[in-house]
Amino acid sequence: MKSLLAFVVALLSGILFGAGFFLSGMADPAKVIGFLDLTGLFDGRWDPSLMLVMAGALAVYLPGFHFLVKPRLAAQAAPLAAQSYHLPRRTRIDRRLLSGSALFGLGWGIAGICPGPALANLGSGSLSVLLFVAAMLVGIKTGCALKPREATPESVQAN
Amino acid sequence: MNALFGGMLIGFAALILMLVNGRIAGISGILTGALKPRPGDGWRFAFLLGLIGSGFTLTTLGWVTRPELTTSTPLMLIAGFLVGLGAYLGNGCTSGHGICGLGRLSTRSLAATAVFMATAVLTAILFHG
Repeated sequence: MKSLLAFVVALLSGILFGAGFFLSGMADPAKVIGFLDLTGLFDGRWDPSLMLVMAGALAVYLPGFHFLVKPRLAAQAAPLAAQSYHLPRRTRIDRRLLSGSALFGLGWGIAGICPGPALANLGSGSLSVLLFVAAMLVGIKTGCALKPREATPESVQAN
Repeated sequence: MNALFGGMLIGFAALILMLVNGRIAGISGILTGALKPRPGDGWRFAFLLGLIGSGFTLTTLGWVTRPELTTSTPLMLIAGFLVGLGAYLGNGCTSGHGICGLGRLSTRSLAATAVFMATAVLTAILFHG
């Protein structure tokens, strides 16, 4: 029963993410570029609306995490439908984090597409997006080859 | 206003994944894990199915307009590669660091978000300004 709930909620979360990307404008690369390209500030082309995407997301996630999740972590309780919370344990800001983020920003600034909107746009049948996603997978695989995954995404927080 | 509501929808989607599945809703992390699945990774595929499926459904039904893509193919390939490699090495992307990480008040995510926002702005100015 619990694994079914976990599956359904993950599906729902993915659906809502996709809808959120399209509703907010994050799925539109031209809009993202119009936000990132600050030269628009000087001739009135700048589109600041995407700042509201992060603001809106944080307005929900930040209090939600602090008032709903943190007390459960402190009480060593499990998530509603899983064994344990998976949260990163590393706290050090190292060269790998910074250089990876710099490369990510470089790619994002060129095309105006980050991983979520790339996947949400896959279904629109655009060959261009398909190539982007294929190259993104090659990028991830290249990263795996350079630095093994064991030390990466999330480590289990024992609860 | 749509940007704000869309953002809130994204925040809600990320929150339920943490509350119910105990997972950080970082798209690049979910995707990376799905490339080499381990036992108990089924939720990753459910999430990705929902994400790709909702984009497909919304554009097919015509509820949202298909975005216009003007970036040339070689640049799309380079950008995609950099986004994938960078998100992997940096342990996260716009969703994982920018929303979930900042929402947890993680200093690593704050540093990552500051760096990728800065390089993205500089790159966008260079390529599109």
